[in-house]
Amino acid sequence: MKEISRRNFLKFAGVSSATVLAAGDKPVKAAPKNILADNRMGALVDTTTCIGCRKCEWACKTAHDMPTPSIDTYADRMVFNKMRRPDDTALTIVNEYKNDAANQFPINVKFQCMHCDRPACVSACIVGAFTKEENGAVIWDTDKCIGCRYCMVACPFQIPAFEFSEVLKPDIKKCDFCFDRTQQGLIPACSEICPMEVITYGRRKDLIDAAHQKIKNYPDRYLNHVFGEEEVGGTSWLYLASKDFNKIGFPKLGKDPAPGVSEAIQHGIFAYFVPPIALYALLGGVMWINKNKKISDEEKEL
Amino acid sequence: MEHMRATPLKRKYFTPTVIFLSALALNGLIFLLARFVFGIGAVTNLTNENPWGIWIGIDVAAGVALAAGGFTTAALGHIMHKDQYHAIIRPALLTAALGYTFVAVSVMIDLGRPYFIWHPLLMWNGNSVLFEVGICVMIYLTVLYIEFLPIVTERFIGRVNLPGFLKSYNSFVDKMLRLLDKGLEKTMFIFIIAGVVLSCLHQSSLGTLMVIAGPKMHPLWQTPILPLLFLLSAVAVGLPMVIMESLVTSKSFGLKPETHILRDLANMVAPLLGIYLAFKIGDIVIRQTFVYLTEITPESVMFTIELLFGAIIPLRMLLSPKVTKSETGLFIASFLIVIGVLLNRMNNFLIAYTPPYQFNSYFPSIGEISVTLGFIALEILFFRWMVMIFPIVSVPEVVAPKAKYSIKGAIK
Ligand code: SF4
Ligand code: SF4
Ligand code: SF4
Repeated sequence: MKEISRRNFLKFAGVSSATVLAAGDKPVKAAPKNILADNRMGALVDTTTCIGCRKCEWACKTAHDMPTPSIDTYADRMVFNKMRRPDDTALTIVNEYKNDAANQFPINVKFQCMHCDRPACVSACIVGAFTKEENGAVIWDTDKCIGCRYCMVACPFQIPAFEFSEVLKPDIKKCDFCFDRTQQGLIPACSEICPMEVITYGRRKDLIDAAHQKIKNYPDRYLNHVFGEEEVGGTSWLYLASKDFNKIGFPKLGKDPAPGVSEAIQHGIFAYFVPPIALYALLGGVMWINKNKKISDEEKEL
Repeated sequence: MEHMRATPLKRKYFTPTVIFLSALALNGLIFLLARFVFGIGAVTNLTNENPWGIWIGIDVAAGVALAAGGFTTAALGHIMHKDQYHAIIRPALLTAALGYTFVAVSVMIDLGRPYFIWHPLLMWNGNSVLFEVGICVMIYLTVLYIEFLPIVTERFIGRVNLPGFLKSYNSFVDKMLRLLDKGLEKTMFIFIIAGVVLSCLHQSSLGTLMVIAGPKMHPLWQTPILPLLFLLSAVAVGLPMVIMESLVTSKSFGLKPETHILRDLANMVAPLLGIYLAFKIGDIVIRQTFVYLTEITPESVMFTIELLFGAIIPLRMLLSPKVTKSETGLFIASFLIVIGVLLNRMNNFLIAYTPPYQFNSYFPSIGEISVTLGFIALEILFFRWMVMIFPIVSVPEVVAPKAKYSIKGAIK
């Protein structure tokens, strides 16, 4: 009996170390698609030219088959009395902020998912329902999502919204950068409809150059900061503004990609399964030694 | 020394406490039903600002931590081979198995799409901390059930008594049980070690969960060593949980508590708790986040309560022999540690979490509280039921026939 178990034990130990060796030269299994193509697209929002007509909100809903009142109702500026957030009924919203400088128009800011280059939602999602596409869009797959809402906990911009009132198949809702439209060669609906050409859709690289050119040409008009160029490792949506971004609804964020630390810790704990298997072997050894010690103690007693 | 032997406890099931707990459980189940009929939004106060509430913070995060008695006693009894503690392994194992079962159920009810709960088995995202936690908990739950099987075989071997026409299968079932028992005996060490490894992995990964929330989490709790803190606190709370349970069980069934064993256990808790405390305090000193403690905010108050009542006071208590010698002292110290870890998990997942755009703060709804209390009540009811059916609690045996199955699973 004793002998058999010991042999089993050694056999098992042998098998597990073989597994480590085999696992060693393979990449960690199935990380989600996360490609940063050099010519990926982006959108540049110039908040100084936005007039708050909210046609972009209407176009977004229409493009995504979401219920919406007629476009005329969007002229009502009463909605600006309250700060709003994108949610499951509106993937993009426009907020209005006071401008302290005398005789200045208020500042209108359109806001939606930023389509981060290193998205926290993609890193967090338990089943890989979020993906960063080659053209820069971060999209969500309804067939995978289990509704755990970890993506919401993770997103630094508090973007993914959950259909809490839905009983059977609640969705996670957020801007998808009009993925269906861009696949067909169209531009995002909000950008297309905007009468002031606030939203420029184009190659992210070009947009950053254009933004800096604008800042150089009109130093009085713009703050010398392109929001999204470096925040949380870069985002596909970029913003220009005349006023401190934190005062017009943008969170204070560093330059480190949002998932950075957690992924490092996670991969440190697992590192090709070496630490867990080493712990297993260690505990097995301790167990074996203690057992033997006990047997010899008992033998001494006899 | 008198011999101890695990045996089913024969008592009346319904006592006034049990009836009260049943009412709590029923109330919880009614709200649970409402959640499946009207949706999560109708029963909970969850919003896009606070996507996770007490079903995750208490039922899942604290639940996993408080089930740590399972792996700490397994390590102590089976891996370190401290045979004198075998009396406490089975109750701890049962608590862990029940605890993790309820964790799984809690996850299930909190999911927007519970019918997709199996998705992580096929759809892997190795970068997701939640994926890691989920898979580990699933495997560990299976391991726990396997570890529990010998108790079932012990209960029924030689006692198979099927009703009616199934009677003719009695000897066949008995044979199968014996076969299973023998197979388990030889392989159990694999599962015991796996159980400890899996526990270490997911207890710490549970701490990594909130790291990705970044600046949404209050600096008092947001630290890269969160996984270590979670692991250390889980290790420290395992034995106090066992002590508390053992005292309550013996009181409720009118048995004499094993004070000498419990005192030995309590003496091991102090250093474990001390290590945790050292890391916790070291962390706020090194990151200089103690400055947040000088202002009075909900966060600083909760942090102070957690640290003072959950760690510092019980640590001081356990260092005094007067306390560890008395049942009441042991109970209070263990209770404080248990509450401390519960608070810590709640603080990490709820109090520390402040989204950048917050219009309303989160407070659990009646429905959420009812379900949480109902689950706790159900767990206690199941525990009582199980110890009456299966040989789990050890009682002194005057005539001591050597129990064949007493130390199942270790390498023999
Ligand atoms: S459509 Fe253009 S101008 Fe109108 S609110 Fe949207 S971004 Fe501003
Ligand atoms: S803003 Fe949030 S939801 Fe959008 S890509 Fe970034 S992390 Fe994901
Ligand atoms: S809610 Fe859905 S999309 Fe979000 S993390 Fe969970 S499974 Fe992924």
